[in-house]
Amino acid sequence: MSTAASPPDRRHPTAPADGPAVHDPAAAGRSDATGPLLSVRNLTVRFRRQGEEDFVAVDDVSFDVRAGQTVGLVGESGCGKSVTSLAIMGLLPKRGNTVTGRVDFEGIDLLSLSPRQLRDRRGRDIAMIFQDPLSSLNPVVPIGVQVSEVIERHVGLSRAKARPQARELLSKVGIPDPDRRLSEYPHQLSGGMRQRALIAMALACRPRLLIADEPTTALDVTIQAQILALLKELVQDSGTALVMITHDLGVVAGLCDRVNVLYGGRIVERADRHELFATPRHPYTNGLLASIPRLDAPRGQRLSPVPGSVADNIPWDHACAFAPRCDRPVAACREVTPELVTDEAAPSAPGGLPRALRCHHPVEPGQESR
Amino acid sequence: MNDPRPHPRGGLGARKKERIDSLARAGARRDDAPDTEVASAGTVDDRAGVSLVASAWRRLRRNVVFLAGATIVVLFVILALVAPLVAPHDPSAGLLLSQVRQQTNPIPGPQPGFPLGGDQAGRDLLSRLLVGSRQTLYVGVFATLGGLIGGLTLGTLAGAFGGWIDSLVMRVVDVMLSIPSLLMAFSIAAIAARPSQWTVILAIAIVQVPIFARLLRGSMLAQRHSDHVLAARALGVKPAPIVFRHMLPNALGPVIVQATLVVATAIIDAAALSFLGLGNPDDRVPEWGQMLGAAQTYLAGYPHLAFYPAACIIVVALGFTLMGESLREALDPKSRR
Repeated sequence: MSTAASPPDRRHPTAPADGPAVHDPAAAGRSDATGPLLSVRNLTVRFRRQGEEDFVAVDDVSFDVRAGQTVGLVGESGCGKSVTSLAIMGLLPKRGNTVTGRVDFEGIDLLSLSPRQLRDRRGRDIAMIFQDPLSSLNPVVPIGVQVSEVIERHVGLSRAKARPQARELLSKVGIPDPDRRLSEYPHQLSGGMRQRALIAMALACRPRLLIADEPTTALDVTIQAQILALLKELVQDSGTALVMITHDLGVVAGLCDRVNVLYGGRIVERADRHELFATPRHPYTNGLLASIPRLDAPRGQRLSPVPGSVADNIPWDHACAFAPRCDRPVAACREVTPELVTDEAAPSAPGGLPRALRCHHPVEPGQESR
Repeated sequence: MNDPRPHPRGGLGARKKERIDSLARAGARRDDAPDTEVASAGTVDDRAGVSLVASAWRRLRRNVVFLAGATIVVLFVILALVAPLVAPHDPSAGLLLSQVRQQTNPIPGPQPGFPLGGDQAGRDLLSRLLVGSRQTLYVGVFATLGGLIGGLTLGTLAGAFGGWIDSLVMRVVDVMLSIPSLLMAFSIAAIAARPSQWTVILAIAIVQVPIFARLLRGSMLAQRHSDHVLAARALGVKPAPIVFRHMLPNALGPVIVQATLVVATAIIDAAALSFLGLGNPDDRVPEWGQMLGAAQTYLAGYPHLAFYPAACIIVVALGFTLMGESLREALDPKSRR
């Protein structure tokens, strides 16, 4: 709809962004007049493969992020979460892939910007933190230099003037003894401390959008909780919008306002956090929630994983990609591609945003397998 | 560790402390694995600002092979620096020329004041060997530096830009590599109008360029796709700092190791060039390879004339090789951190 480059075969005319129509009345009612901070429309990323058909990693994904909001992108490995975030940042390799759709950030389509313009925005307006805090830091440069580098780059301060600010940032993200840490190298910091340093670098220029790509996956559980609390606090203090990419529903439960569940490169369900956890509608979401081990389950009860793996996907072309792994498929699931539509039947909290669902045979309220 | 500051585990013997420290480091090395975070929470090292180089050094200084190599290299460098002072005689003066008889006694034997005797021109052999270390050091260091500068330039170009620049540079490098290195060095040295020490250095340096270039390009490419470069790009860091601050320093490790190994080959290659008469024709300045070449004529009757410079070349090359190999082990990314 918004770009002429959209491949026509997979395109349906009104892919819903946050709700069934592009201009969601409820969303419009709540958001300010300037619209969402980030608006992703029909984002599609294809990787070229030799001698094979293109691999569609992200397929017609649309979602909105408003200022101050925390939006989750949830799904298992290979569902396109990370590719989505890299596409938004313009960090995908120059060759071997095609990105179509629109990524509007404050009204400007990031995909149409030159590499130089995009580079000026990265780190200043939009920042990103990555999964593995050790490998995301330069091993041969002291922490202080790495933090001040961002300030030097975007604020134009000298190294000497940026250093007090770097110190300030390190103490703000809860690194004790920041003066000493400034001159230390990444390998001298613990994992949690490294992730704090990365968060400090990402927040150095007070970006309006922060994309966190599984920021706690490489950390152990106690540190995870600290990092999540820190992120939550910083995001609330600075009004930064947060896109949280995770496979961990615990993270979603603790942090996200709105959740997009991805499967096979497409959004299969979208809901506010509470509704999603209370009444999952898509069988995949339902399976994910049911697979969480519970302390109050009887001893000896088996865990209930979602059967199969991403490798069992079938293309979305004439079927539901999740059908082979679904516990409640109907005939239509293997013949007709389900569309993402407003989920009228789902219970929604008063004043909440409408939910969206891509399923022929959704889980009825009260039937959740838990 | 012989750290004079009070140690948190004071009271233990120095050896024991050392062992504990190395255990702590072994634990720290694994701490990128998620499940060991608790164990390594806090700092890994209790001294501020210890770089990777310092941690490699702590491993190296207990390595016998490295110590042996480094001892040879250090002695050699010191010798080269002070050689003219310690040499008993002027290496270019034919002090024993009166004893040289072309038919009956071409090589003056050992005698008081001349422990190794003289050479075919009556010059003191010991002095020539000692002062010859200087030329050998020049060739080794400058040929390696030259190769390093050329290789770093080409490798950085190829690794930083990728695409057609990479292809172009690498094809040039391939062509250079396809010519046997010694043959190439001979050819370059042979086309020089006035052969000198510098033509030898240039010839050997050019031969080393493609090796350094290929090595650096490979590790630059690996850096290009590393997480921290992606993270730096995500923060909007410009291309030049990405290349020179984030990629190049991390890619240099293997190149530095290669450089110490190349010093050894450069010394041997230089000796080979001089041996074949492609080196400095002026034999007043002693050089081991050239001495070896000159000794050829007298090999049957006076093998010691060839033995001494050959032994010097072998020992020095061995020193650099031992040092380079153990450096490579210490800086190996698999054992790093």
